[in-house]
Amino acid sequence: MTDTPHVKHYGGDMFEGYPVDTAETAGDQAVTNYTINFGPQHPAAHGVLRLVLELDGEIIERVDPHVGLLHRGTEKLIEYKTYLQALPYFDRLDYCSPLAMEHSYVLAIEKLLDLEVPARGQYLRVLFAELTRICNHMLNIGSHVMDVGAMTPNLWVFELREDCLNFFERASGARMHSAYFRPGGVHQDVPERLLYDIGEWVEKRLPKLFGDAMSLVIDNRIFKQRNVDIATVSKEDALAWGFSGPLIRGSGIAWDLRKSQPYDAYAKMEFDIPVGTRGDCYDRFMVRVEEVYQSAKIIKQCLRDMPTGPVASLDRKVVPPKRGEMKQSMESLIHHFKLYTEGFHVPAGEVYVATESPKGEFGVYLVSDGSNKPYRCKIRPTAFSHLQAMEMMSKGHMLADTTAIIGAIDVVFGECDR
Amino acid sequence: MAHQAPLVAPRSGLGDALKAALGADLLVHVFAADEDSITVDREAIAGVMIVLRDKLEYQQLMEIAGVDYPDRADRFEVVYHLLSVTKNHRLRVRVCTDEATPVPSIVPVWPVAGWLEREVFDMYGVLFAGNPDLRRILTDYGFQGHPQRKDFPLTGYTELRYSEEDKRVVYEPVRLAQDFRNFDFMSPWEGADYVLPGDEKAGGTGEAPGKGAPTPMTAAQVKASDDKAKAPPPPTPKTTDTAAQTGAGAKVNKAASKTSRDGASAKSATKPAATPAKTKAPAKPRKPKADQGGDA
Repeated sequence: MTDTPHVKHYGGDMFEGYPVDTAETAGDQAVTNYTINFGPQHPAAHGVLRLVLELDGEIIERVDPHVGLLHRGTEKLIEYKTYLQALPYFDRLDYCSPLAMEHSYVLAIEKLLDLEVPARGQYLRVLFAELTRICNHMLNIGSHVMDVGAMTPNLWVFELREDCLNFFERASGARMHSAYFRPGGVHQDVPERLLYDIGEWVEKRLPKLFGDAMSLVIDNRIFKQRNVDIATVSKEDALAWGFSGPLIRGSGIAWDLRKSQPYDAYAKMEFDIPVGTRGDCYDRFMVRVEEVYQSAKIIKQCLRDMPTGPVASLDRKVVPPKRGEMKQSMESLIHHFKLYTEGFHVPAGEVYVATESPKGEFGVYLVSDGSNKPYRCKIRPTAFSHLQAMEMMSKGHMLADTTAIIGAIDVVFGECDR
Repeated sequence: MAHQAPLVAPRSGLGDALKAALGADLLVHVFAADEDSITVDREAIAGVMIVLRDKLEYQQLMEIAGVDYPDRADRFEVVYHLLSVTKNHRLRVRVCTDEATPVPSIVPVWPVAGWLEREVFDMYGVLFAGNPDLRRILTDYGFQGHPQRKDFPLTGYTELRYSEEDKRVVYEPVRLAQDFRNFDFMSPWEGADYVLPGDEKAGGTGEAPGKGAPTPMTAAQVKASDDKAKAPPPPTPKTTDTAAQTGAGAKVNKAASKTSRDGASAKSATKPAATPAKTKAPAKPRKPKADQGGDA
């Protein structure tokens, strides 16, 4: 890539023995590199990303991403909240896949407490985690194709995203910041009608609408020209740069935490891991497209196998009783009051729990000192490692390719900057 | 093991393999909560990481976390989380350091460590020797201090707003309209070390309470102040003998009962004559004010 066609190389055999006039003439101006700011306010930056780009003409020579413009001190705030109060902060990390963020956190607490979740709670969590994956991929796929010039598919897949958000609303009462997963299970059971509607949607609307939208893009010549062979990442690079999720799979490593380190009910699910062959932006895109179908498969299995029973642990020292129960029994009233004021105490220890969020490995390193507040809660964002590889990926490419590369990374700054 | 957290099977023979591979650099190996964590010698961390990557197949560095324990001599822990995609195992590697001692950088081992070390430096002030680009990463340009340290207040020290006068963003010391409310819901029966108001008999430490509801006075203090108030006898007996002692003057009553027909003249007598002149005064400096406007 260093040997670009527009750079003229004088010398060699051709001018052997001839005097070469090195004086500058009018049409022969020296081009120096120049530096531009990409963002922080740029529609293709997917948030507040500032890239300092050094360009040689249109070729990228150096990239220095500046992150942290959305840093809100989430980890510090969590240290001042009880375990339950800290939960809604996770919705606000990756606001495109809020339930996947909660998933790591509640599993980390449960691991420290060694708390068992009833089967229905596990299935509901898997069901909504997969809906979240579809919801997230709809946003990413839609904006990726729009960044490289296609308008229509974006509008179509946003319809599907809207459906997902409506499902979240019917389950938890909130479209985005659900706070639905709780330590010990989920907050409340879902209406039967909702499960029925999700089944209908997965069976009919999703494959139809998503298939239609993708048929416009997948074999499209312009889309391929913008993505194939852009930002190729080898397996070795993917490992060295801490890649995870669709990026590591796009590079051809079949690594999926749902398969290799299963949590909740994933061990009982049957699904395939799509992998890429070349490790370019197109492969990452296609991995996400296939993951949507695999998620739909998991959702169908959840709906088919979901048992009845409690949705959250009945351990009243961790999971507060419902309001109706509280009005009837003195014991419940005490538990309700204690758990919503003091909260539960978590035994001292440390765990690192990582789940397969739609964007990759989302980890929570939780250190407890035995009190009712986390001593330290380190959040391992996916985009932080991926963005760091921006320079490695985009060196030698054209300026216009940065939008495709950022789109294929799938970065959301709520999570990257915390 | 009842929980549903990601299942990582323990790696058999890991303890011996670590001992053989790392030798004296391995200080502690703990297996707790289904997770392996080792503490290694700080100065040897770069070499340890190469051994772990190449011999023990931990190909990926997923995370570097800092933790602050202000009571310790080496107050900071730097915690590396490694992942083996071939052995399907996770390993936690820990080194300890203080504010001044740098930790050798592992950027040559994993390029991803660059930003992760920058973040620990930004949040805790831990120095990494050999990191080629140890700048702040998450905090503002020109930020001072290390916000994740336990002695850094949650509110921070500065706040910023857009100033309409200066037409730019200005930084000011934090002024909160309402104090940060840090409720301590710790049960007084378990672990709380302050005295609840009215519960002085329980025998607290007698020191000023560090957190929670303040204790106004201890029982001893209340008794002492009571005694103090009791001790001196009143200097004069409180008796009322004359009408003057009640505060009711006869002459005042007389004047008040007198009806005045000429209200206007009475008013002018009481009103200070200078008042109208004073209100006029601001009229003068108006002209220079207009000049100032033209100046700007």
